[in-house]
Amino acid sequence: MPAIISVHNISKRFKEITAVDDLSFTVNEGDIYGFLGQNGAGKSTTIRMLLTLVKPTRGTINIFGKELTANRTGILKQVGAIIEKPDLYKYLTAFDNLALFAKMSGIKPTRSLLLDQLRLVGLEERAFSKVKTFSQGMKQRLGIAVALVHDPKLIILDEPTNGLDPQGIADIRNLILKLSREMGKTILVSSHLLSEVELIASRMLIIHKGKKMVEGKVAELLDPSKSLVQIETPNNDEAREKLKYSNWKDLVLPGTKNIQLKMNKEDVPDLIADLVGMEIKLLSVNPTHSLEDYFLSLTTQPGHVESFAD
Amino acid sequence: MWNLLQIELYKIFRKPRTYIAFGAIAAFILLIQLALLANGKDYLQFGLGFLDDSFEIPYDKINNGYWICFLVLNLLLIHVPILVALVAGDIVSGEANMGTLRLLVSKPISRTQLVLAKFLAAVTYVIALLAWMALFALVLSIVLFGTGDVVVAKSMEMHQIEKVDVLWRYFAAFGFAALALILVASLSLLLSVLSENSIGPIVGTVCIIIVCTLISEMQIPLYDKYLRPYLFTTYMLGWKGFFYIGVDGDGQTIRGSMENMPAILKSIGVIITYTIAFVTASVIVFRKKDILS
Repeated sequence: MPAIISVHNISKRFKEITAVDDLSFTVNEGDIYGFLGQNGAGKSTTIRMLLTLVKPTRGTINIFGKELTANRTGILKQVGAIIEKPDLYKYLTAFDNLALFAKMSGIKPTRSLLLDQLRLVGLEERAFSKVKTFSQGMKQRLGIAVALVHDPKLIILDEPTNGLDPQGIADIRNLILKLSREMGKTILVSSHLLSEVELIASRMLIIHKGKKMVEGKVAELLDPSKSLVQIETPNNDEAREKLKYSNWKDLVLPGTKNIQLKMNKEDVPDLIADLVGMEIKLLSVNPTHSLEDYFLSLTTQPGHVESFAD
Repeated sequence: MWNLLQIELYKIFRKPRTYIAFGAIAAFILLIQLALLANGKDYLQFGLGFLDDSFEIPYDKINNGYWICFLVLNLLLIHVPILVALVAGDIVSGEANMGTLRLLVSKPISRTQLVLAKFLAAVTYVIALLAWMALFALVLSIVLFGTGDVVVAKSMEMHQIEKVDVLWRYFAAFGFAALALILVASLSLLLSVLSENSIGPIVGTVCIIIVCTLISEMQIPLYDKYLRPYLFTTYMLGWKGFFYIGVDGDGQTIRGSMENMPAILKSIGVIITYTIAFVTASVIVFRKKDILS
């Protein structure tokens, strides 16, 4: 599958704060790509960079095989997005909002096209109500209609289920799956909930404090036959350094205080033998945790990470 | 660009706030005319009474529709910048505050085009507001008071402009005022681009105009020499020049003439230069800005 989004080593600094740090990832055509991280991890800043709202401090972004900054207008014609909460013109109706953004996206919308879009998100009966009378869920659905109205190839949804009730969350999830399966859209969807991403995404990326933690196919990353093996040594930094030059280097997960590897349980004896061979002194090796636990360990407080190791 | 301008105008004229200015101007004009209908002679005597011993002043003739239009210009053009700032100051920051700016900027339009479309929408609003003011005042004044010569006081002199020589001056003054208010709109736009809320640019614009106007009017030699020539407010009341008629050697006014045309042209030049500077600065700032709202 060709790459739709290729992000190469982008960083974004706001004065003293590094919001995104040397991040690289690829979204392929047809993917539902889950972009996972706790609040403040850098998801929205990354999405804002993909939509040219924020300029990267360094790094490059290619979308549809073209460099984003140099081909901004052409690329954005084929992108639809919700950025955080979908704020729209409250004094206009849903229909008028949709018409306005359709025109801004470069199309001349017909009445039937606009009503079809509103029907797709279940708002046809409220088409001519002012947005100020809408609930959060209705605004969210109208935001999705705005993102879809110009029939984009790439859809970027930043926390699309925020503030929705369980039925609303299920509706959005089904809509995303429909857009991918029936309409062939490539979708990048951010969330801070692993459970939400694993239900819809084909591939995913976990980001923490602006850095990439893991990226890959959801099925593989959440494979129950694979465990998260946690190693405790008297000097974790030294052990981590030695592992960088071993055959296990690609399995080491970044970002946590203790050393964690995602691997098959059956390979643990070989790992222990290699660690001993590298003269790494072991306090414990615990092959018990899943990727979900790993994500939880990233999203909880540092103190919790230590207790998690016990 | 035309498509964008249409969208911006649609948004401005669908906002209830936009019509506050039109309503306020109509109310002011009605109040002025009602007052002059009831007590026009007293009002004129208050201003010109000191000449009663020397001249027989035809107060009833002076209190005509054209003179009332001139009075409306004098009374209202000082306050209209506030009404312009209400809309122009909100034009970018209001979108940031509402959360719609990020959606706009993620659309396939250049940031330069977006700022220029917003500026042109503000210009259209200014022109609409002034056209409303000019026509409402003129039509109502003529209906209620008829037409006549306009007497204009300047320093210790009184000039009489024949009624056939008034109308073009009236519209020329509004044309000049439109340029001055477009300058105000461009200043509001710049402050609006710099801000994330609507109140800051609106209050900021009004404060800058008040402070600069005070400096322009204080007649302190230090300010006159080093500040006044560089303040845009010094030139904003240049519309009055259209009502300062030229006088021949016998002291007779010359129909169709102006006392100091170069001063008016200089004012227009300064106003346009400032407007271009503010709009250019707005574009540069907005192009570089990270949209975090």
